Amino acid sequence: MDTLVLRDLSRTFAMGDTSVHALRGVSLTIARGEFVAIMGTSGSGKSTLMNLLGCLDQPTAGDYFLDGIQVSRLDRRQLADIRNQKIGFVFQGFNLLPRTSALENVELPLLYDRSGRIADPQRQAMAVLEQVGLGDRAHHEPARLSGGQQQRVAIARALINQPAILLADEPTGNLDTHTSVEVMAVFQRLNTQGITILLVTHEPDIACYAKRIVELRDGLIIRDEPVAAPRLADSDLLAWPENGSVTGSGRS
Amino acid sequence: MKWRSLILAALRSIARNKLRSLLTMLGVIIGVGAVIALMALGRGSQADIQAQIAGLGTNLLIIHPTSSQTAGVRAGSGTLNTLTMDDVALLDDNAGMLQEVSPVIRVQEQVIAGNSNWNTQINGVSVSYQTIRNHVMESGDFFSERDVKTRNKVAVLGKTVANELFPGQDPVGVQIRIRNVPFTVIGVMQSKGQSSMGQDQDDIILSPWSTVLYRLSDGKTVRTIMASAVSETQMEEAKTEIRALLREAHRIPAGGDVGFDIRDQSEINEMLTRITGTLTMLLSAIAGVSLLVGGIGIMNIMLVSVTERTREIGIRMAVGARPGDILLQFLIEAMILSLIGGLLGILSGIGGAELLGKVMGTAVVVSPMVIFGSVAFTAAVGIFFGFYPARKASQLNPIDALRYE
Repeated sequence: MDTLVLRDLSRTFAMGDTSVHALRGVSLTIARGEFVAIMGTSGSGKSTLMNLLGCLDQPTAGDYFLDGIQVSRLDRRQLADIRNQKIGFVFQGFNLLPRTSALENVELPLLYDRSGRIADPQRQAMAVLEQVGLGDRAHHEPARLSGGQQQRVAIARALINQPAILLADEPTGNLDTHTSVEVMAVFQRLNTQGITILLVTHEPDIACYAKRIVELRDGLIIRDEPVAAPRLADSDLLAWPENGSVTGSGRS
Repeated sequence: MKWRSLILAALRSIARNKLRSLLTMLGVIIGVGAVIALMALGRGSQADIQAQIAGLGTNLLIIHPTSSQTAGVRAGSGTLNTLTMDDVALLDDNAGMLQEVSPVIRVQEQVIAGNSNWNTQINGVSVSYQTIRNHVMESGDFFSERDVKTRNKVAVLGKTVANELFPGQDPVGVQIRIRNVPFTVIGVMQSKGQSSMGQDQDDIILSPWSTVLYRLSDGKTVRTIMASAVSETQMEEAKTEIRALLREAHRIPAGGDVGFDIRDQSEINEMLTRITGTLTMLLSAIAGVSLLVGGIGIMNIMLVSVTERTREIGIRMAVGARPGDILLQFLIEAMILSLIGGLLGILSGIGGAELLGKVMGTAVVVSPMVIFGSVAFTAAVGIFFGFYPARKASQLNPIDALRYE
């Protein structure tokens, strides 16, 4: 069962007289339960692709099916509903509401949920917080949480609506190496529970925790291959040296 | 979207910037406060003014003969001399709609006191005239029924006459001469000022009607009858009754020229209504301007708030807030801001009015209508001035909003 199907997707931005082709026809299929890393240097079009996949932007041409729904023809309102029902976002900058408890941050998507699927928002929020290991931090405000903890709150928020896909845009960009591996461990654990994860990163060290790597350059896919032996974040953390250096550890 | 969480979110955002929220609300607080205070004081003094005008005699009815018409030549008003003391007695005894009735026998004479003299109007009236015109004594007394019965030569002076004849003295007990007839001054009335027609109401001497009628006048002509109706609201009924009684007494056939005219003080009532209307218009204008300024303040802060919280808007949109949800959130915030301002304004307005009322000694009347009106108006101001910033927020592009630093 395919969760996400892109067919010849392109996106062109008009910049004055000239037009910039950020994506020049991308086709991609992601099945349920996959853990895909999208890589590329800046300017490769990966941010544009991320925005399209997250239903924050609309393609210039091509088709995008998410969970069987053609989303490339929807209006702003319908896109908002798709984001609410089908997508969980994790951002580089965490993007939590300040001066709002972790629990309320996690509940935020349910505020806009019109389907009424989740009967008890607070209990559901508590459940996903425990899932990311932050059950005891539910009433802390973001300012009192570490970067890793904040990102885990953001992951919990992305999970609360039971989305078809979890989109993570450079989730480790603001974190140190050890915390980055911790966050990857959370992703890997969620993936083993059957959650589809799409991770955008420019760090090869992070990408190799995924099961499949897609690389973009100049708006086209230049590489799409499974990772033969994904690194296991949990074993990396166990083998973590006391001085915090990561060079070469567990890379095999 | 759940209303409860929306309102909670708005309250939290207002509480987050307490000083800024307070300063924003200040415009509305001052606006509403000023309106409430002015309205309360205005209503209070309006009640005072109404009492004063009632003192002038809004229930006053003046009956006088109309001009006669002989072969097309019309004489001036009051030339027919059709009213007599019999008419006065008739109205006094039979008119149920009338409280008091008094004749006015008018004589214009030179009055001499010692070596000063003054030309003034001497009105022969009955004791009830004091009640009808609300004359208050400054010194001495008004004359009595006994004075009327015995045609006593006593005089009650208006303030102007007293000042002209006896500057700086109390004339009570002193003799004056009116057409060589000696009168004893028994009282001086408080000043009434000018009438609505611009006459000096204090340039007058009041004496018993019998004294004036038989010693200074022709012994029969009553120039005017003054009467007070039972109430201000029954002026027309009183007039109808008077007309019917006088018609019968003078044997005037139905439809014929009645020969007399009844006037009332309705122009004073009209003037009061006009003044009140102008006052209300003025207050509404002040209210409008100050609430406009307050509303612009709210719009200003909401625009700042939208810019400042662009990232929050982006987050909310990313997790599925529709444009309408964002619009509603900021609209509710603006409305709560102006409503809290309005409530604080009501409290400070009532407090201010009570304080000013005490200082100035005027009555304070806080009407629930004004309070209800200002609450509704401030909510409307919040919606009106909150709409543009809220719409701006809802139209943000989620990608740009998320990247906003």
